[in-house]
Amino acid sequence: MENQEKNMTPPENNENIKDVLVEGLEEEQVDDNFANLNWFGQMLWKVKEKFTGVKANKKRHKMVSYGKYGYIFLIPFFVIFAVFSFYPLIQTIVFSFTEYYYGQGGLIQVGPNPNGFANYAEVLSDSYTWKYFGNTMLIWICGFIPQIIISLLLAIWFTDARLKLKMGGFFKAVMYMPNLVMASAFGMLFLMLFSLTGPVNQILGSLGLSPIKFAESAGWTRGIIAFINWLMWFGNTTILLMSGIMGIDESIFESARLDGSSGTKTFWHITFPLLLPIFVYVLITSLIGGIQLFDVAQIYTASKGGPDQSAMTIMMYLYSLITSSKNYGVAGAVSVLLFLLTGVLSIIIFKVMIPTNNVIKQEARARKARMRWLKDAQVSEPINEGGNNHE
Amino acid sequence: MSKAQAVKLPTVKEKKLKNEKVSLAVHRTVVYIILILLTIVCLFPFYILLVNCSHSSPDIMKGFHWWFGTYFATNWRNLFANQNIPLLRGVLNSILIALVNATLTVYFSALTAFATHIYRFKGRKIIETFILAIMMIPTQVAAMGLVMFCIEHNLTDNYMILILPAIASPVTYFYMKQYLESVLPMEVIEAARVDGTSELGIFHKIVLPIIKPALAVQFIFAYVGNWNNYFTPSMLINDRELKTIPLIIAQLSASSPDTFDKGQIYMLLTIAVIPVVIVYLIFSRAIIKNLTSGAVKG
Repeated sequence: MENQEKNMTPPENNENIKDVLVEGLEEEQVDDNFANLNWFGQMLWKVKEKFTGVKANKKRHKMVSYGKYGYIFLIPFFVIFAVFSFYPLIQTIVFSFTEYYYGQGGLIQVGPNPNGFANYAEVLSDSYTWKYFGNTMLIWICGFIPQIIISLLLAIWFTDARLKLKMGGFFKAVMYMPNLVMASAFGMLFLMLFSLTGPVNQILGSLGLSPIKFAESAGWTRGIIAFINWLMWFGNTTILLMSGIMGIDESIFESARLDGSSGTKTFWHITFPLLLPIFVYVLITSLIGGIQLFDVAQIYTASKGGPDQSAMTIMMYLYSLITSSKNYGVAGAVSVLLFLLTGVLSIIIFKVMIPTNNVIKQEARARKARMRWLKDAQVSEPINEGGNNHE
Repeated sequence: MSKAQAVKLPTVKEKKLKNEKVSLAVHRTVVYIILILLTIVCLFPFYILLVNCSHSSPDIMKGFHWWFGTYFATNWRNLFANQNIPLLRGVLNSILIALVNATLTVYFSALTAFATHIYRFKGRKIIETFILAIMMIPTQVAAMGLVMFCIEHNLTDNYMILILPAIASPVTYFYMKQYLESVLPMEVIEAARVDGTSELGIFHKIVLPIIKPALAVQFIFAYVGNWNNYFTPSMLINDRELKTIPLIIAQLSASSPDTFDKGQIYMLLTIAVIPVVIVYLIFSRAIIKNLTSGAVKG
């Protein structure tokens, strides 16, 4: 921006301005002077100035510089982030290397005493940690597999121009709706629906079947939580996949059809390979979300974790370590391990989506698709009127 | 022979076309059936919720109801009069926090996006990448530190701790940045500078009006997110007067809901769920209208 200052004479038309802007940016990139040095280089220059009296080439700084406003406007974000996210994260990491808990019902504070990797060793050798992590993964997979299959089918149908679905807007509106609903309310609602005397058992009773004790079965408890997860997220996944399909060049589908490729063949040889990056994106964001599973399971099992703690998720375990057992050392170790796990998963996203721009593009595309989805939901017209189809 | 061919060829083509049509019709029917089934699955929980909150508790226990009852008003009155559930406070608390948080999130995310989009300064790319990276970190991993921070500084049972973090929202920042990139012409900024508008003035008078559609959409998403938020508040709020709706629901689920008035529970869940659904169904229309008109202008 600084460079644009020297072009202050008002150009005749907009195109001129654009040229000037582009020129300015290019100059900025090749310009190699004081302003482009890093803080250390600038410091050296200043020291040199003091001793030799030779002024650094601060050409750009003599002009009105707008760059500083960038820093000023970033202050609120970074101050808040530092205080409420970064500092707590550092504290979590620090205390994960200490013995720090409240004994005897929270009366006696023990620690913090540095104890190296003892908490990590404890967490990783503890069979409960692995059990809770296994529960979390099991519930996630049970929700994810039907989700990806149904979402993929829906995404293909919604973007298929030959089908010309009516009421597409209505279907999309309904399917995205559960995503906005309070997860804890869903947990409570299903707790009511599947209680011993609840509506589901009432329906079974009226069909002449004996009631099922859903709350006493590990399978049912996990299954119902996975179902709620599926219900809340399949609409969102459909949007992501749809945005991926719509991003594929239409002419590819057209030439495939002209070559006589069948629907399934087109899918496996064209749609799927081109969709793979988005597929991985969906898989890993869903996995990161799955690791965070808390609200639904916590409320549905009344914070107890279900029969034999079969639906105790890793986040519920962390929550109980922080709030009820107040074992900050172990809680810190669990937090750091989850941080590393999600970090690795995020890096995989970035690697798969190389060039990294693709991640941004994918997010942007998803956003656009979401908007279009909401728009369709209002208009209730055939989905493909926007022209994003394979025809 | 040539005559026969001339007759034969179109029929084969027609036959193929007809087959295609039939298979497409079958395909379409199957798709509709699945879509209708999924719609029923999606709507059924909401339907039961609404049906049951219009029946009395003994009535709900007696058997399943397919249709609405007459107990809606009574359940509503009983629930708000219930001494065990500070519901009115809860609703007001939830609305307050969600409104303030959504406003802060949207305003400061737009400001942050403005800063990285308009200005060229050293470390800009690094900052952008950094915000993108922290977007992926779950808030839960720093929860322990946050709880300790609050205990240390006496911030538990203080809404500041729920409200202030809204200023740093990487996800909303990301959407704002995308929107700015698509709609904000640099010429407008340059013209405003020539007119002598201050930089913050440019943000308030020019950028915010241009990105109003994005602000509206992100406001609704932020509002819903905060309205539904359970994890962080449940660790930091213990005072019953300060509880939000998710905390009240959690309290109820922990205190054996079997003994509780069923009609009132369904009513509580209705109050927690239905406003969001209504907002989703009604307000998005206005937003989308804004969005499309904004796009034409931009």
